[in-house]
Amino acid sequence: MNLMHYWRAMWGIIGRELWRFITQRERFISALVRPLVWLFVFAAGFRAALGLAITPPYETYILYEVYITPGLIGMIQLFNGMQSSLSMVYDREMGSMRILMVCPLPRWFLLLSKLLAGTGVSILQVYVFLIIAWFYDIRAPLEGYVWILPALVLSGLMLGALGLLLSTFIKQLENFAGVMNFVIFPLFFMSTALYPLWKMKESSVLLSKLAEYNPFSQAVEMIRFALYGQFDQHAFLYTLGAFTVFMAAAILGYNPSKGMMVKKGGPN
Amino acid sequence: MNTQTALSIEDLSFSYSGKKALDQISFTINAGECTILLGPNGAGKSTLFSLITRLYDTHAGRIELCGFDIQKDTRHALAKLGVVFQQTTLDMDLSVEQNLHYHTALHGLSKKVAQQRIQQELERLNMVDRRFEKIRQLNGGHRRRVEIARALLHKPALLLLDEPTVGLDVPSRLAIVEYVHQLAKEENLAVLWASHLIDEIYPDDHLIVLHKGQIKAKGTVDAVLESTQTTAIKDAFYNLTQGEHA
Repeated sequence: MNLMHYWRAMWGIIGRELWRFITQRERFISALVRPLVWLFVFAAGFRAALGLAITPPYETYILYEVYITPGLIGMIQLFNGMQSSLSMVYDREMGSMRILMVCPLPRWFLLLSKLLAGTGVSILQVYVFLIIAWFYDIRAPLEGYVWILPALVLSGLMLGALGLLLSTFIKQLENFAGVMNFVIFPLFFMSTALYPLWKMKESSVLLSKLAEYNPFSQAVEMIRFALYGQFDQHAFLYTLGAFTVFMAAAILGYNPSKGMMVKKGGPN
Repeated sequence: MNTQTALSIEDLSFSYSGKKALDQISFTINAGECTILLGPNGAGKSTLFSLITRLYDTHAGRIELCGFDIQKDTRHALAKLGVVFQQTTLDMDLSVEQNLHYHTALHGLSKKVAQQRIQQELERLNMVDRRFEKIRQLNGGHRRRVEIARALLHKPALLLLDEPTVGLDVPSRLAIVEYVHQLAKEENLAVLWASHLIDEIYPDDHLIVLHKGQIKAKGTVDAVLESTQTTAIKDAFYNLTQGEHA
């Protein structure tokens, strides 16, 4: 029960997740295809329809593809976060979650390690996406590729914690698809991933307000500024706050006395 | 408490939304004892296992593993426990060795110790030459063997098995029954084995018959036969559960 135990367990969990991801080639490819289709098809088509003013962190007029890139990075992490929680529901149904839950470490630590593992996988995907985008002439300053890393860790953890929280409410895998539609699409479309707030305000003040308070928007803005070597304090604090709330609720959900496992009325 | 007591359960009750799944059950299991938990479907076996593994909180009563209260000293208690769940909990896409290493990491064993223990457990099960194969490539019997090996890697004092032979062919089933009984004797391991199958019981085993959340009989096989005035476990079980099949 010493620190080495925590260290070994955490790396065991992260290593397993990374290995699974690397060996599942289809999963790797499909995780990349989604944002690339948005970048090559949607963004290219939309370029003419949307004029963008100069807004920070950009110092000049930019192409729509440049604007949308941080949003697509967020999209990778959003899908990844939901996918890890989907795998948690699957693990729970299949029983392998039990192996994790009966090991002699605090549950919050095991869940956090699971989240870190999922975040690690999403960061791998993001960097591969950024390399492809580089060849498509979407390039950020070099230091941006370093600054983005801590931002990706926090946003990955926040979105993963949201997925984890959702997984405590879902008893069966079949129910997951519905929740994905009710969570992923609203989060993504009601955010600054595809259009800036000021542009949204022109058409609907309510929509722009919703987007402003959407934690996904804040994660995307944090990533956007970090990619250009800048620190958006408001977005950082908002994302950190959202992570804390989601994580605390998820830990409560997996707590054997207070959690959803008992309310569901039976072992899975 | 007797230092040889691996599992002690005292006045344990549990309900799902007002419906009692376990009703004031008490028993102990000592080191080296193989205890078979018999009960028809819905008897409360899975609930009991979920409580011992602390997937659920204990609401009423007390569970101790080697003297550690599962509620108050969860981590010390869980460190003494090895579990084989009813469903396979192995990662199909990882190799035998990767699955075992994952478990040793969760229990904080160093690489060197992990390697030694994995070698030792696989040797005992004659599976060393299959260590690099993916779980998906193994048959049901071999998967079960890997799960038993995994449950023993951190040297637990109590091994819990939840119907581990379900779905296996007769030779695989017999091999596992034989192996676990041998482990209890040679390793001085306490075993709690939930089963449906009466032919998995050895004459010197201990029995607990659970029915509708209550213990209907407990003790050695002879003691249970005597208390029910029967000569075969099948009949004793039938009498105790009023005609339900195991």
